[in-house]
Amino acid sequence: MAATTTVSTRAQVNKRRDTTSTRTLISSVALNRRRGKITYRIVLTLVIVLFTLVFIGPLYFLFTDGLKSTQEAIATPPTLYPHNVYPSNYTQAWNRLDVGRMLWNSVYYAAGALAFQLVFDVTAAYSLSKLRPVLGNVVLFLMLATLMIPATVLVVPQYVTIVNMPLVHWNLVGSPEAIWLPSVANAFNIFLLKRFFDSIPTDYIDAAAVDGASRLMILWRIVLPMSRPIIGVVSIFATVAVWKDFLWPLLVEYGYSPTREGLNVGIWQATYGTPENLIIAASAMAAVPTIVFFLIFQRNIMAGLTAGGIRG
Amino acid sequence: MANVLTGVARRTAAAPAARGRRPRSLLPRARRNGAAWGFLIGAVLCFSFFSWYPIVREVIMSFQKPVYGGGYAFAGWSNYLRIFRDPTFWQAWRNTLEFTLLALVLGYAVPFVVAIVLNELRHARGYLRALVYLPVMLTPAAALLLFAYFYNPQYGLFDDILHFLHLPTSQWVFQPGNGFISTAMVSVVIASTWMNMGSATLIYLAALQNIPGELYEAAELEGAGIFRRIRHVTIPQTRLILTLLLMLQVVATMQMFIESFVLTNGGGGVGDNTQSVVMLIYQYAFALSGASNYNSASALGVVLMLVLAVFSGGFLWATRERG
Repeated sequence: MAATTTVSTRAQVNKRRDTTSTRTLISSVALNRRRGKITYRIVLTLVIVLFTLVFIGPLYFLFTDGLKSTQEAIATPPTLYPHNVYPSNYTQAWNRLDVGRMLWNSVYYAAGALAFQLVFDVTAAYSLSKLRPVLGNVVLFLMLATLMIPATVLVVPQYVTIVNMPLVHWNLVGSPEAIWLPSVANAFNIFLLKRFFDSIPTDYIDAAAVDGASRLMILWRIVLPMSRPIIGVVSIFATVAVWKDFLWPLLVEYGYSPTREGLNVGIWQATYGTPENLIIAASAMAAVPTIVFFLIFQRNIMAGLTAGGIRG
Repeated sequence: MANVLTGVARRTAAAPAARGRRPRSLLPRARRNGAAWGFLIGAVLCFSFFSWYPIVREVIMSFQKPVYGGGYAFAGWSNYLRIFRDPTFWQAWRNTLEFTLLALVLGYAVPFVVAIVLNELRHARGYLRALVYLPVMLTPAAALLLFAYFYNPQYGLFDDILHFLHLPTSQWVFQPGNGFISTAMVSVVIASTWMNMGSATLIYLAALQNIPGELYEAAELEGAGIFRRIRHVTIPQTRLILTLLLMLQVVATMQMFIESFVLTNGGGGVGDNTQSVVMLIYQYAFALSGASNYNSASALGVVLMLVLAVFSGGFLWATRERG
């Protein structure tokens, strides 16, 4: 009984908080006046129409222009819809530009980078947050300092390094590790993870340690299950970053046969000497996986972006 | 459950005593540190190879020149002098600043206005939010190739729209002219903003939802209109996010590469009018056939690195109290 009362009061408090915080720039009183209602309707309609035009409009042409014949795709004035539909453009572009292999490469690079980051960055953040080794703070400082120096300005020495790695003398160019390993050096993700691990009370860890759990077991059984939200956020960041990277894969995965490029570089470089309708068909196919991914994980992506992402 | 908890509690209480019995020696501490470093080592190695060492190496390479027969020799400031004497260097810097400035006007202000409008709407919120974010999820090259197709001066859709509205048509990204706000660069910024504005919009939206409604209530009671409420409530309440995104946006846009690269087929526009600094690094190092010069490219990289580090350091310092 006592429990139910607390629950109901908490619900009431939540409700009260909701009603006050939903007050935004314009009060609902103003919106309920006749003039307010009319203005609101007009603005709402305008926004919906404008946004649909601006954001769906280009996508409409992305998917329909790939169905046009080569002549129709470059006709002046452009036609609003394909007058003769050529679905074969899609199969032709798929085969000619090897889109399937590019797609597989992209997935392979993104999945590998995610796996490497989850292993190395999570353990590093755990060590810096909970195990606190000697010189740990120095390492953390050096990692955070790289936030000020984005990877783009380092492409030349990074490329020279990856051609002939110091000490071990490996040449990683053309191998997936050339994308996977540099992605681990991501100070922002380590910072997000460490900050989250810091908020986990040490009591849980001490208790498990007393029970004889190893450090790895503590990470696996206690820290990770409590950190699902931040792991989700970091996973999305890691995957999206590799998927959208252009300059680095252009340098290290370019010019192999069969192609080792992901979609982003591959679609671009395959455009030379390809008819416009096939380029658009290939671009449409390149856009599909991420749109599907977005529609499935929309909720997580948006929550992650707003909650875990940039909050100070 | 209760048993487990009390058991743990009893044993935790006993733990310090057990530890106290052993003399404090170096061995357990070394073992503890070893384990901690074991967890850390993967990331530290990756940082060393792909971040820390390249930073040092970029500085070293910028002071070297290749020697006939292999190896490098000290070159003094000659690489820096060479890039400073290259007119494309100044052109690329001017273009990059132009892009950064235009991207601030469009890519920084527009998402804020959009977020304020979206936050006021009581209908279709999920739909509009998804709509704004959708382009962010596209493969960038695909989105840019689509824009290149729209911008095409012969058969592009945008010229057709201008024609339909009886406006003069444009060459878009291939419009010649090196003025500070050139048509070519504006075209690049429009494509870039379309692709990227979703994430800033959503971050602003989240910040707007955290503003206590009482503040608007009070401002309204004191007779503040909509714009004064934005100026005196909305902006101060979101200042932290606004300043942070300002810095991230400037640092990101100073590294502009793919937009101009894909829209102009890797060319940098007519008379280099959309050439960016990172594009120039790429061209120095990899694209000039037979004359690839890692050392000049490194010197250019060092200049960009210094500019970005000084900017972000100075920005953080200037906003330290409020942020």
